[in-house]
Amino acid sequence: MRVHADRSRCMAAGHCAVTVPGVFDHGEDGLVVVTDEKPGEDYLEEIELAVDLCPSRALSVTRDQHDSSAPPK
Amino acid sequence: MLSYPQDRTCPYQPSPGYRELGRSGPLHKVRLWDGSTIWMVTGHAAGRRLLADPRLSADRSRPDFPVVLPRFEAPIFKPIAIIGFDPPVHDVHRRMLAPDFSLKHVREMRDEVVELTGRLVDDMLRKGPPAELVEDFALPIPSMVISQLLGVPYEDHVFFEEKTVGLLQAKDAAGAEAAGQALWDYLDELISAKERTPGGGEGVLGRLAGRIDDRDLTREDLLRIALALLIGGHDTTSQMIALGVVTLLEHPDQLAAWRAAPPEALPAAVDELLRMVSVTDVSGVRVATEDIEIDGEVVRAGEGVLVSSSMTNRDPEVYEDPYTFDIHRAAGRGGAASGRQHLTFGFGIHQCLGQNLARMELEVAFSTLFDRIPGLRLATPAGELPARSGGTMQGVHRLPVEW
Ligand code: HEM
Ligand code: SF4
Repeated sequence: MRVHADRSRCMAAGHCAVTVPGVFDHGEDGLVVVTDEKPGEDYLEEIELAVDLCPSRALSVTRDQHDSSAPPK
Repeated sequence: MLSYPQDRTCPYQPSPGYRELGRSGPLHKVRLWDGSTIWMVTGHAAGRRLLADPRLSADRSRPDFPVVLPRFEAPIFKPIAIIGFDPPVHDVHRRMLAPDFSLKHVREMRDEVVELTGRLVDDMLRKGPPAELVEDFALPIPSMVISQLLGVPYEDHVFFEEKTVGLLQAKDAAGAEAAGQALWDYLDELISAKERTPGGGEGVLGRLAGRIDDRDLTREDLLRIALALLIGGHDTTSQMIALGVVTLLEHPDQLAAWRAAPPEALPAAVDELLRMVSVTDVSGVRVATEDIEIDGEVVRAGEGVLVSSSMTNRDPEVYEDPYTFDIHRAAGRGGAASGRQHLTFGFGIHQCLGQNLARMELEVAFSTLFDRIPGLRLATPAGELPARSGGTMQGVHRLPVEW
């Protein structure tokens, strides 16, 4: 799984960093920063919640084609 | 066709007419005061899709922008910054403010809000019951917080907060214009003082005074941004405190659950209160700039759209027993964010800039009040409280309490 945040869309609502603090944070400018681009599968459910909550559709996740134990590409 | 708006009959439940409407689908045409019609959205998914759709405009200067209520606002408030603009101007101004509303900054402000709230309760206890909770508690909290956020010097707080309250409680456009002008002149001078201060000084105005460049940010923009923060953050938060207290007091089991809850469960409990009360009743008003097909209907270019927060927040597709107040309903995934699907703060690029600040103020306000005054109760039955009428913004003029 790979997590991506489009800073040009972020409106600094802050849901992501509250939902998954180990994966999202905010820079000095208040906008999203991804601190862990390839988090473990354990985070998937929370990351999907963050993607769903983001009001400006700035977050996305790409999942591996293969099973969850496959090494990230 | 249903006429809009309709008054609530219960302080924390949507108007009966809207409930009826919500049963017949996600989108409905309703009639406004001037005879025109607007799409009222009651479905959660449709509401989110529309508010995130760039084909809808928030530009209040467009001639086709819907006029939901007869306009009382004083001319000084037009145009209203950020909320009334589309990209690119919207995004430029909103991003300038992002650092002041970040989670980190909100957490830094918390101790001061705890102290302020404690002082207000001290005063209430010293005077003894009864108290009027709007004036004694619900109004001063956001008022003080916004002064601080803007960077109003401490010695001017009393003046500034008096004028702000005068503005919000003005009886007519002339009164609002006078109070608005006094605030405008004051803020104008304050910006000049910040411009003379090396490094700019405190708060949003201190930080942004140095960024006035007559391109991305003019002096007038900054004044309008300050007024937008005052207007956006004051009445909403204070009435949410008042109606939140009413909702908790009317549900003793939930108040007991709040008291027993560990601190990490409180953010989701605050979001459940925000969902229930839906204090603005509306998540956003827009006008379509192109035809938009949604759920088998077509919103035509030039038609108005109003997303109802009280109804989208009770969509049975998203919420089980949607009319039930349950502070633990979101317990589980997503930690402190688990209760955030509601549309009380809107959705899309205009979703409330002050939401994390508001959540913090609310959590501190309810916790402090119910910890310090365990015997708090309404001095007037909830059904007889003097409630606002004829508009969309909910609220009570007075909230008499005793203990
Ligand atoms: C319980 C309290 C609050 C509620 C229910 C609330 C509700 C809302 C809603 C529904 C919107 C979206 C409007 C739209 O899309 O047309 C909004 C936007 C906004 N709110 Fe709040 N608000 C609250 C507190 C605050 C506070 C404390 C502040 C600042 C001090 C604030 C500042 C703003 C601003 C600047 C916007 C415009 C954002 C934009 O257009 O990008 N609000 N609010
Ligand atoms: S939830 Fe979306 S808009 Fe909010 S801070 Fe995260 S990326 Fe930005």
